Amino acid sequence: MSIHSTRNDVLTMVAFTAVVLTMPLWLDPIGAAYPDLLQKFAIFGLFAIGFNILFGLTGYLSFGHAAFLGVGSYAAVWSFKLLTMNVLPAIAFAIIVSGVFAVLIGFISLRRSGIYFSILTLAFAQMSYNMAYSVLTPITNGETSLQLALNDPRILDPVAEAGAGLPSTELFGMSMRGYSGFYFCAVLLIIGFYISLRIFRSPFGMKLRAIKSNQTRMNYTGYNTRPYLLSAFVISGMYAGLAGALLAITDPLAGAERMQWTASGEVVLMTILGGVGTLVGPLLGAGLIKYFENIFSSYNERVLHEIFSFLPDALENLVVFVTNPFVGEGWHLTLGTLFMVIVIFLPGGIMEGMSRLGRLFRFGRKEG
Amino acid sequence: MTETVLNVSNVQKTFGGLQALSDINLKVDKGQIHAIIGPNGAGKSTLLNVIIGRLAPDSGTVKFGDMILTGMQPYEINQAGVVRVFQTPEIFPELTLLQNVMVPAFAKRDGSFKFNPFKSMAREKAIVEEAEHVLEDLGLHNQMHNLSSSMSRGDKRRLELAMCLIQHPKLLLLDEPTAGMARHDTNRTIELLQRIKERGMTKVIIEHDMHVVFSLADHISVLAQGAIIADGTPDEVRGNPKVQEAYLGGAHL
Ligand SMILES: Nc1ncnc2c1ncn2[C@@H]1O[C@H](COP(=O)(O)OP(=O)(O)O)[C@@H](O)[C@H]1O
Ligand SMILES: [Mg+2]
Repeated sequence: MSIHSTRNDVLTMVAFTAVVLTMPLWLDPIGAAYPDLLQKFAIFGLFAIGFNILFGLTGYLSFGHAAFLGVGSYAAVWSFKLLTMNVLPAIAFAIIVSGVFAVLIGFISLRRSGIYFSILTLAFAQMSYNMAYSVLTPITNGETSLQLALNDPRILDPVAEAGAGLPSTELFGMSMRGYSGFYFCAVLLIIGFYISLRIFRSPFGMKLRAIKSNQTRMNYTGYNTRPYLLSAFVISGMYAGLAGALLAITDPLAGAERMQWTASGEVVLMTILGGVGTLVGPLLGAGLIKYFENIFSSYNERVLHEIFSFLPDALENLVVFVTNPFVGEGWHLTLGTLFMVIVIFLPGGIMEGMSRLGRLFRFGRKEG
Repeated sequence: MTETVLNVSNVQKTFGGLQALSDINLKVDKGQIHAIIGPNGAGKSTLLNVIIGRLAPDSGTVKFGDMILTGMQPYEINQAGVVRVFQTPEIFPELTLLQNVMVPAFAKRDGSFKFNPFKSMAREKAIVEEAEHVLEDLGLHNQMHNLSSSMSRGDKRRLELAMCLIQHPKLLLLDEPTAGMARHDTNRTIELLQRIKERGMTKVIIEHDMHVVFSLADHISVLAQGAIIADGTPDEVRGNPKVQEAYLGGAHL
């Protein structure tokens, strides 16, 4: 990494914006161009980008970031219930609440490093998850999940007509259903990416990398590393809160399962799969996982039989028998396998794979 | 009248049953190069660890000017102007040489914490130039965009020296800065240290190489088994029979 010029960054942002906004076009051929899935790409992309600011830059591996995702969702739904269906206050509220939450958890967890830090964050997240089902049910509505109701106050919105159904989330009158929902998430993704880019290229980002590289040296170089780590932790918690709010915007419902450790683990996988500490890697990882989840989890035995129907019957049955555990409910098996393959053969993730391909290509051209 | 910069008084440190430092008293005068010599395991590195706050002494105090360093955090001691080069190079392996030197420059300018996540590096020209200049001074200029992990051990030492020098410390502590260096690099380092001596920086240097010690030091303290057995100008120490016996088993210095 050398020092990048401002002009380079502008080009990066222009390209990034173009790629994100045209997703409905270029994702069409692989059957991923519908709002629900596109939204998920943007939302989990944001989650992973934020996570990478902590894990990628400082090397501190949090195993509890889903707690912030959940807190963001709850905060957003409460904003819909109490204030207005407009999404902007919901987003602001979610970011603030998850930020405060991150200050508390980060302050305690960052007293330790390495595996102890990871375990502390995991413990906090599991605690939040369990509390959402027990003592916090007045806030979380427990197992039924927090949802909108007709008699919610919504003090900033005009009184609904009698007989009207549940209102939907909106931005100054524009409904957040379908493509407008995706474009809203896409704009936030672009903003989130820009902020991450600025952090990566700032002296602050350089110091975070230096902490990852040699924290002892940082202390003897005159740095109080704790506030640096806490800042990174809170920023990444706020990204997670934003992602949680966006989940609630596309579907105004918040449940505790969003905070479960599997969800925390997923963002770790996304980041590693894409490339830890790279700008776009985590985004690719998030996209890849959400895409495969979507495809593989929708398959079942019948679909597999259809796919492999061109094979002779005996072989078809065998292939379906072998592949069946990897689809539907079993898609996590596919994810696990994919993850192992990447970690073993491409520890730098997809980004490393791409730069290797790039080198190969350049080498090939020189030869030719 | 000379001014005392560093004042170590009655410092003791034990590790389990081992008395690593027993009642150390040491004064370092401003602007001098003060060498600490002594056989392996004498407690030299331990003494530096106590000075920079890596180890807390069992008893005794370390004063820097009017400031009591004992009990302060390592980053506070650094910010006060006491900077150390370690015996095994402590650098940032995942960063480039230039970044390795920029990080301490930021610490000097911005203090122990500054939250500026949106500041562009393009607006840090002054720091970049300063870092390039220091690297040039140490002959590391041509590899400044390489990752520092790829350097030789001797180059890593010089990089760490650059990281310390860019902070313009008031007191620089060097723990065997030439160990593992080829003769050529050793001479270059001596030359460099002599050059910065002229800028009035006080230095404490731990060194094995007697050639280096006698060509640089204004004052020498000899440490053996955790105690200072001799203290004086190079000539006084050279002629001290106690030193010759304890340090080199009777061989001539
Ligand atoms: N952190 C430590 N824990 C236990 N023993 C130590 C520690 N640091 C140094 N020692 C011991 O203290 C003695 C002095 O070590 P040191 O100061 O490194 O000597 P040197 O003069 O060679 O730099 C040695 O016997 C060493 O083994
Ligand atoms: Mg030593």
